[in-house]
Parts: sequence; structure tokens; C-alpha cells
Amino acid sequence: MTNLLIEWIIKTLVILFILVTAVAYLTLLERKVMSWIQLRIGPNRVGFWGLLQPVADGLKMVFKEDIIPTEANKWLYIAAPALSLVPALMTFIVIPYGSQVTMFGRTIELHVTRMDVGLLYIFALTSLGVFGIALAGWSSNNKYSLMGGLRSSAQMISYELAFGLSIVSVVLYSGSLDLVTIVEKQSGWLGHLGWNLFSPPLIPVFAVFVTAALAECNRTPFDLPEAESELVAGYHTEYSSMKFVMFQMAEYLNLITSASMTTTLFLGGWNGPFVGRYPILGLVYFVCKVLFLILIAMWIRFTVPRFRYDQLMRFGWSVLLPASIINVVISATWVMLRG
Amino acid sequence: MEKVLFVIFAVIAIASALNILLQRNPLYSALSLIGTLASLSALYVTLRAQFLAAIQIVVYAGAIMVLFVFVIMLLNEPKDQPQVEKQKWLRYLAIPFAGLLIAETFYVIRSVRPLTLSATTVDGAEYAVGTVSSIGLALFTDYLLPFEVTSVLILMAVVGAMVLAKREGD
Repeated sequence: MTNLLIEWIIKTLVILFILVTAVAYLTLLERKVMSWIQLRIGPNRVGFWGLLQPVADGLKMVFKEDIIPTEANKWLYIAAPALSLVPALMTFIVIPYGSQVTMFGRTIELHVTRMDVGLLYIFALTSLGVFGIALAGWSSNNKYSLMGGLRSSAQMISYELAFGLSIVSVVLYSGSLDLVTIVEKQSGWLGHLGWNLFSPPLIPVFAVFVTAALAECNRTPFDLPEAESELVAGYHTEYSSMKFVMFQMAEYLNLITSASMTTTLFLGGWNGPFVGRYPILGLVYFVCKVLFLILIAMWIRFTVPRFRYDQLMRFGWSVLLPASIINVVISATWVMLRG
Repeated sequence: MEKVLFVIFAVIAIASALNILLQRNPLYSALSLIGTLASLSALYVTLRAQFLAAIQIVVYAGAIMVLFVFVIMLLNEPKDQPQVEKQKWLRYLAIPFAGLLIAETFYVIRSVRPLTLSATTVDGAEYAVGTVSSIGLALFTDYLLPFEVTSVLILMAVVGAMVLAKREGD
């Protein structure tokens, strides 16, 4: 029991460290990708290829003045960034990063824990993330912040339905809510022909899921909560210093979560060629797939213009939601006929 | 370990439940309710009812309470609204109802037998009770009728809400 506890703690700390570093470097990657798409050079002054830019940014943010508006609701204003960061960090304990490796003379499973309701756990945490944003908007006592917070809660509630229903299709197909089992079911010939993406009923589900996931992380073209042309910066207009950083971290963490979820549910998780012989390859495949999805999300961000608010709502309720219901019916029929 | 967790979360649940009643600001009350729901969900986990715990968060904390908070934020603090008239007779009506509730609680507690959960492994699931598969089986076999009736009820509520909203628009 104590051994298991120590293993959990070590794994959690390692994942936490990797995530925080990854978030820092995602900001650099995002700026680099933006500069490539816009034919610019991008950050290249701090360190070789701008590699120390995140460190410089972090230091700068720490030393910035931390402002709490006088008319703000002080406690909620302070609690809001934590309320959005903590659920974003908590999701990573159920995601399987690989099968098993033998290290220091013991077999180590490459996931922190597996639970029978893993998918529901992630779903519950993403639905809790709304509170941080909504409360940040309300407690700032600023009309732009409030508009941003309200928009984001409306958006997240609307797209959560499509998101949840596409998960239902995958669950029907895999027969489990446990992410580890879902990944193991996807191992096929050469390690990638068993991916859920390659099974006919789940292809439209994939499209709906990726769209809803983009909307859930408030990224362009769904970044209405922080539409800078109309709302200054949305729900975090009043935030500065480390509180602002916490919101940014939560946003990038949500991006990583949805990329890992997509990888786990559709792209076979850590499955790939030769993964049976060299289990450590699974980790590499997982990271590559997640990085690929993140790059696509960035590409979309710098290519597609933002939706208008009513378009966004209409798209969510009258396109994505019916599509995902039809998908559930189709995949249920498929599963029933396949036996 | 489980006892320690139980005490911690039970205290949080009761404290935030009291806070719901004591707060003047409706938003704080709503947030305390989320605290109660979350700690109840933690208690479900200690009882090995993981599915119930997850659903508790998804449905209550994640969906219903978001709507509550949303509405409270839209209305903002009801400073300029007229004070709701307090009805005296309601207060006296509360006493018998509270008594009834307490009597019911005691009745239920008396009839509960100490239940031993079977720790057998079914299909790699940790415990036979409280897993998704056992709840799903129960819902679609023994409790099919209540389940279907409830879903029809919810459907009626949805249709009713849509009808009411439409009439407002005309």
C-alpha cells in the first residue's frame, strides 16, 4: 500500500513537472507557428531559437504588479484562477501514456491510476472548469469581463452536450469507460489498424468530437469569451501577474487535455508499430500524436476567422448536437449488428 | 484512511450546507452548495460508488449549478428588488414538516441492515457494486420501468419548457 502510494506520488509529480514545462514551451511553439504562418521570424532573441523565451516571460510575469480592482469581489477574484487551473491539472491522472515499462526492477504502468469511470471523471472536471471562468468574469466587476464570463459559460454548456454525446459513441464501441481499456482495445495489426478513427461509424464522431473539443478549450474559431476586438480580453481583462498566468496555463492545459483525449479515444493512444516489443515506444507515439493534434489546433487558430456569437450558438445547437445524436444512433446500430 | 477521509469530507459537507443557509449573498450560497455536492461525491468514492460520484459532479455540480450561478450572475445582487414578503404561517408549517423529515430519517436508519459489499472481481472491475456495468445491468433489467418512466418525465419537462419559451416570444 505504501509502495503504491509512493509510486502514485512520484508519477503525479513527474507528470506535473512535465505539464508545467510543456505549457511554458507551448506558448513559444504557438508564437513560432504563428510567425511561420504569417511569414515572420517570431521570438528569436532570448536564447538560441528563442528557447529561453518562456523563462523570460515567466520571470516577467512574476515581477508584474498584482492588481485587484477596488470594486471587485475580492475572495472570488482570487479564487477564480485557481478554480480554473486545478480541474485542468486533475484530468491527467487517468490518461494512459503507455503500456508498462520495467524500471528500477519493477513493472511500472504508464498511467497514474485507472478507474472504472475514467471518462466520466474527465468529463466532470471539464464541466467544473466553467466555474473559474464564469466567476472570474463576475467578480472583476467589469462589463467586458462579465460578458466574457457569461459567453464562455453559455458556450461551454452548449458544446458540452455534443462533446458528451460523441463520447457516448466511443463508449458504445469500446464497451468501457476506462481509458486504459479503451486504448488496449485499439491495438491492431501493426499497431494502428485498430484505431477507433478507422472504424466506419466513428469517423463522423471524430469530426464532431474535435470540433466540440476546440470549442471547449475556447480556442479560435470559438474563442468568443476573449474576443479582443469586442471584449478587450474577456473574462481575464482585469487580471495581471500570476493570476493571469494561471488562466493562460489552464487554457493550454485544456488544449493538452483535449489533444490527449482525442489521441486516447480515436488515435489509439500509445499504440503503434513495435510497441509490443519496445514498450517505451508507446510513450513516444503518444507524445507525437498529442503534439500533432496541438499543431493542427494552432494551424486552425491562425487560419480560421472567429465565429459571431449567434452563429456559434446556432452551430452548437442545431448542427453539432443533432449530428452527435445521429452518430450515437448509427454507432449503436453498428455495435448491435456486429454483435 | 477511509475513516479520516470520511470525517474530513463529512465536516466539509455539513459546514458548507450550513453556509448555504447563513449566507445573505445568493452567489455564495450557490457556491457553498457546490461544496456540499463535491464533498458528498467524495463520500460516494469512499463507499466505492465511483459511478454515482462522477455522475453527482457531472449532473449537479457541472450542469445544474452552472445554470444556477449563471442566473444569479445575470440578475446580479437583488439590491433594488423589493423584499420578498415573509409569510408567518409558512414558518409554523415548517415545524411539522421538519419533524416529519427527522422521523423519516430515523425510520430509514433503523431499517438499514449492515451491508457487506462483495469484493469479487468482475471483468477486471475493482468492485462488483457501484461500477458502471453493474449499475447499467440493474437499470436495464430490474429497474427498467422506473428508468423509462423517468426519461418520459424529463422529456415532458423539456417539451413543456420549449412550449413556454415559444409563447413568450410571440
